[in-house]
Amino acid sequence: MDRFRFVLFRPLQLLPVLIGISIATFALVRSIPGDPVRVLLGPRGTPEAIARIRQQFGLDEPLWRQYFYFVENLLDGRMGKSIVYKIEILDLVARRIEPTLALVAGSVLLSLLLAVPLATLAARNRGGLADHLVRLVSTSGLGLPAFWLGLMLIILFSIHLDLFPVAGYGETLADRLHHLVLPCLTIALALSAVLTRNLRASMIAELQSDQAMAARARGLSEGQVFRRHVLPNSLVPTINLLAVNIGWLIGSTVVIESVFAIPGLGQLLVRAIFARDYLVVQGVAMIFACATVTVNFIADIATALADPRVRL
Amino acid sequence: MRAGSLRLPLRLGRRYPAFGLGLGVVGLWLLLALFAPLVAPFDPILQDGTIALQPPSPAHPFGTDNFGRDVLSRVIWGARIDLQIAFLGVIFPFLIGTVLGTVSGYFGGLVDTVFMRILDVVLAFPFLVLMLAIIAILGPGLASFYIAMAMVGWVSYARLIRAQVLVLRGADFIVAAKSLGFGPLRIMFRHLLPNAIAGSIVFSMSDAVLVLLNGAAVSYLGLGVQPPVAEWGVMVAEGQGFITTAWWMTTFPGLAIVTLALGFSLLADGLGDMLGVRE
Repeated sequence: MDRFRFVLFRPLQLLPVLIGISIATFALVRSIPGDPVRVLLGPRGTPEAIARIRQQFGLDEPLWRQYFYFVENLLDGRMGKSIVYKIEILDLVARRIEPTLALVAGSVLLSLLLAVPLATLAARNRGGLADHLVRLVSTSGLGLPAFWLGLMLIILFSIHLDLFPVAGYGETLADRLHHLVLPCLTIALALSAVLTRNLRASMIAELQSDQAMAARARGLSEGQVFRRHVLPNSLVPTINLLAVNIGWLIGSTVVIESVFAIPGLGQLLVRAIFARDYLVVQGVAMIFACATVTVNFIADIATALADPRVRL
Repeated sequence: MRAGSLRLPLRLGRRYPAFGLGLGVVGLWLLLALFAPLVAPFDPILQDGTIALQPPSPAHPFGTDNFGRDVLSRVIWGARIDLQIAFLGVIFPFLIGTVLGTVSGYFGGLVDTVFMRILDVVLAFPFLVLMLAIIAILGPGLASFYIAMAMVGWVSYARLIRAQVLVLRGADFIVAAKSLGFGPLRIMFRHLLPNAIAGSIVFSMSDAVLVLLNGAAVSYLGLGVQPPVAEWGVMVAEGQGFITTAWWMTTFPGLAIVTLALGFSLLADGLGDMLGVRE
């Protein structure tokens, strides 16, 4: 029964964090130096317009009441309008979210495709040449700046080998996938460095576990033991590690979308900072924070359902 | 320099090869940064259109950029800024996080609850996104980067030290210090902290890698160090426009980041072995 109680009560722990996120983003935009209305309206703001907006948004009321208006609007899905694009921020986000989701999904998939064979190779030849090589590569992978790695991949694969487009995002599905290969590979190379180190360690632990011993005693070959017992068990902590790293992953998409000119949420965020489109910065930051919290939440629930030992 | 001052690092380097190699790499960059005016063959800012975009040659081993500036000299001068980023970007979060974490863990109760809730909220945001949002409010620039780094980075140090303080709080030597009538400030910073800090010091070395990469990335995006200052992230961004014709403009500053980052990683690994701390 206990794990179902976990599944029921874990969402309640989300509430204070979500309230905290809303306070933080509210405080962020309220701490813009100068008059927020003047800043939000930009140089076009006439004194009448400023006075009207001030009253319309209740900016002449106490701060705590302003916060409640802000939350009320949020619950209605209203985050304000972008001064650059002149549309509701949620609509703007909806238009921009697909490339970012595709980038995250592609990077995770590619990094697993890289990390699982590498970690397997290292764990099964522990202490050997392959193990040392894999560890060396994964240690140096942690220190590679993603934006530079992306440019190096462009020089190699786009300019010299002419295999992939230099930048941008295509029209058709096939074209888009073609455009996403290099950006995904860039993030995956860095991510797989973290995953490989972790996966190797858990595989080594699993290889020495009682159940691996028992499987060997039943007469299973080393390959069968690995596929049936070691691999599935060591993948569980890796999935959790991916969830823990979702914040880092989102940060990487922000940078990589700028490198490859992909019209996603990250590029929207960076452009909004330059354009002083503060409500867009606020909205995108809030969406990214909620995504991070949600992914960690789902990972916790999934672990609880898969592993009856997990408690609140 | 006296011979004696070199003996300790050399001995440590022999016993802990990772630490020695890391110390060598970081030390080399430090020396290059300190003596940049003497080591760099050309002025890092001065433009000369007649020698723009020259490929690597004996006169310009790393080539020249689109303004005719020597890339090697700019990489050497860039070490000053990037080492400063790694140092200040670690030290502010380290100090703030360590003080808050110690106070929070020692007193517990309401203080602890409040700090931990703030920490949860900071951790809910993706690190870089929250930093960029703060920089958006403060305006682009290196000072904004340091402030944003301090506001976001302290949580890791606070969590690390708090966990240690919670373990040590009930230790005999703390009880003894209390029974001697020492005040909480003296107990926290003279008794608890020296025994709890080792893990944070090791972490700060691997944190330097992340801070360096973040600082370069923020500058690459145009929100940190501003041109014409020679900084590695800025240089990579400047080279991106010429990537089809002048590969050296992006490649060399990037390699500088990679080597310095690797140096810090090795230092962290070695220091962890030395102090017996595993992450």
